[in-house]
Amino acid sequence: MSSNEHSELIDSDTGKMGMWLFLFTELFLFGGLFIVYAVMRSKYAQDFHHAALELNAFVGATNTVVLLVSSMTVAMSLTAIQQKRGGKAIGLIFLTLILAGVFMVNKYFEWGHKIGLHLYPGSDVMKTMPHGEIMFFGLYFMMTGLHALHVIIGGILLTIVIFKIKSGKINAEHYLLQENGALYWHLVDLIWIFLFPLLYLIT
Amino acid sequence: MKHNETHISSDSLNWTVLLILLILTTLSILAIKIHLGAFTVALALILASIKVTIVLTYFMHLKFENLLLRLMVGGVFLLFAIVIAITFIDYYYR
Amino acid sequence: MTNSTTQEPLNYLNHKTGLWSWLSSTDHKRIGLLYLYSITIFFCAAAVLGLLMRIEKLTPGQTIMTAQTYNGMFTIHGIIMVFIVVIPGLAAVFGNIMLPIMIGAKDVAFPKLNLFSWYVYISGAFLGLYSQFANGHSPDTGWTFYVPYSAQASSNVVIALTAAFVLGFASILTGLNFIVTIHRMRAPGMTWFRMPLFPWSLYATAWIQILATPIIGITLLMVIAERTFHIGFFDPALGGDPVLYQHLFWIYSHPAVYVMILPAMGVVTEIFPTFSQKPVFGYVPIVFSSMAIALVGYFVWGHHMFTSGISYESRWFFSFLTFLVAIPSAIKVFNWLSTMYGGSVDLKPPLLFAISFIFLFTIGGFTGLTLGSLATNIQLHNTDFVVAHFHYIIFGGMGFAFFAGIHYWFPKIYGRMYNFRWANISWGFLFVGFNLLYFPLFVIGIQGMPRRYFDYDPKFQLGEVLSTIGAFILFIGLIGMISNLVYHSKRGPKASANPWHGVTLEWQIPSPPPHENFDEVPIVTHDPYVFENPFTK
Repeated sequence: MSSNEHSELIDSDTGKMGMWLFLFTELFLFGGLFIVYAVMRSKYAQDFHHAALELNAFVGATNTVVLLVSSMTVAMSLTAIQQKRGGKAIGLIFLTLILAGVFMVNKYFEWGHKIGLHLYPGSDVMKTMPHGEIMFFGLYFMMTGLHALHVIIGGILLTIVIFKIKSGKINAEHYLLQENGALYWHLVDLIWIFLFPLLYLIT
Repeated sequence: MKHNETHISSDSLNWTVLLILLILTTLSILAIKIHLGAFTVALALILASIKVTIVLTYFMHLKFENLLLRLMVGGVFLLFAIVIAITFIDYYYR
Repeated sequence: MTNSTTQEPLNYLNHKTGLWSWLSSTDHKRIGLLYLYSITIFFCAAAVLGLLMRIEKLTPGQTIMTAQTYNGMFTIHGIIMVFIVVIPGLAAVFGNIMLPIMIGAKDVAFPKLNLFSWYVYISGAFLGLYSQFANGHSPDTGWTFYVPYSAQASSNVVIALTAAFVLGFASILTGLNFIVTIHRMRAPGMTWFRMPLFPWSLYATAWIQILATPIIGITLLMVIAERTFHIGFFDPALGGDPVLYQHLFWIYSHPAVYVMILPAMGVVTEIFPTFSQKPVFGYVPIVFSSMAIALVGYFVWGHHMFTSGISYESRWFFSFLTFLVAIPSAIKVFNWLSTMYGGSVDLKPPLLFAISFIFLFTIGGFTGLTLGSLATNIQLHNTDFVVAHFHYIIFGGMGFAFFAGIHYWFPKIYGRMYNFRWANISWGFLFVGFNLLYFPLFVIGIQGMPRRYFDYDPKFQLGEVLSTIGAFILFIGLIGMISNLVYHSKRGPKASANPWHGVTLEWQIPSPPPHENFDEVPIVTHDPYVFENPFTK
């Protein structure tokens, strides 16, 4: 009758499966944009190559490294919590958040630079460009924009995890939320791993 | 409910995985210097796919999860690939 | 379990009372009823819109509304029916109420997420309504939101697109919950192949919800980006392709129709064995057919685009796959009929609706093949033939299965029974009205009457008038059926735990069920459809 407390805690395998299913939906959400990319790239190969020159591959590569390292730090935070080292876990997640911040700052400058040059969808400059380049920049902004939104969501999730570790709700026996938060973060990394070569390395 | 006796990834494993990912990233960047024409896309995607597989397998722990989850992940990527392929039956032949 | 006092035993309906106890309940049965009531209300609203459209079509030219109003009506009728009623429909109502019970579980895997998804659904539904009234410009793009019109029209398209996005999110959350529930919460001894067929159909459906819905999510976002930022993906003037929108739209919306029909098939697959007192014929083929429909249904979307300018090779491919996907559905029809054959058939209202489901679904299915065939499609695309086809499949199929389901599980849900004669008479009006409403549309469609047209050549008027008469007859049936059920839900005679002598787990617990379904965790030791009577082979 009073199994309310019992039902509060979800079995970890059940909760993890739920998170993976949610990740599948995120993959297909971005997948729609990848379909548009594939179609437009095949149609406008030269224009895409030309437009990609506007992107700074160094900044892109930096962001790639930043996200890869952040994936490692969040993975290590799970090891830490499993080894009952909550302090280390919090530190590693905090590091992940710092790296997320670096990513967003880079993104801010990248976008700012392009917007300063009037290189954004619907601008006066954009209207005069070759069709393939319009497609490229549309995809660039929408894909990196949607991705950045997910970086923010992931950051919020991980911040919540830090508070829960502090309060003891997440611990060596019960860390489902941390595990799921880490999975979400890895998804953010996964998408960028595809975005980076497709947007920056086609010069 | 308690976690089952799950595999705990050591810090050294995580560092090793990161190293491999960084090497592959460097390779992708260097690869664009090689002019392969149409195959540049293929190479970039192959390297990205390897990186994604490594992240899935180690960071996301799929190597240590049950077969069901791995089948689901594989199935999802396969389905997506088929959908793109079918879309191209239109675009390629227009 | 039963008591002799005048006090009713505690069950999920009465153990907590008051509106807030319903709006904050994480009990899957209550959430299912929340969906039932909201879906019924929206269905009635959209049905009234349909009736108004039919009145408009009584005469060529303007009858009771302007062309602009007519366009807005078929748009919102479609949006409500597709996104708010039929896609959530059976899964959200009967999946929520019955799935955990049928697999021997206390609740779904994520009960709080379940309640949350109802709130997401309601938000999306109200956003859809809001699109009708904000600034007075209701969208007139059709529920398919085709570009370029949806990118340029001055009406509240963005609000409607956002509503569809939010509703899609609710669909995803339900699908996610059901997949995990079926994987992780089955009672001890219930192996996959001892699970009844309605849960199996929900499983196949849930995968489609997970893997198809996000695509329309992103596509709608792209149209919003088109309107707001001129992103250009679908605009030829900027290098885009409007047909790409159609691809993306139908990559979701075709699998979506399987989200509609698979649970419907699952419901009738439960009804036939119970009312034949005989095991389902071909349990395993039905399982694999359901999964096959879900999978192959993912690869046929281009049959909505045969006249849009896609390549010959892809038209050939999609037509071929469309014919393939009909096969598992046909297998199921044979299995349902074979289940009844040689059984002790009891023609109670659930079975009456289930049998008419087969009839109407078959007509819908066959006409789908006519449309899926490249040569005939050219003549029939965008005519009223299409309208008749999808109403036979969705309304005649999923709709009648929904009616069958509510008449089947009503005694379990409310612990009371409705009036059979009232139900049968309502069925008569529904069945006659339905066929009179939609069959003429096949005929005038072949003769050339386009769909979504406000005006028409007078030669089509006979068909249009017959159709409108059918609509009124159908309406009488709807009023009769709904009033029968609503009245008897509170005032009907008490029903026993198993009035239909069913053998699946839901019939082994009291009607209405207790809050946590089972007093003890059931242990399953045999196949789901074992009947102890001389008619079993």
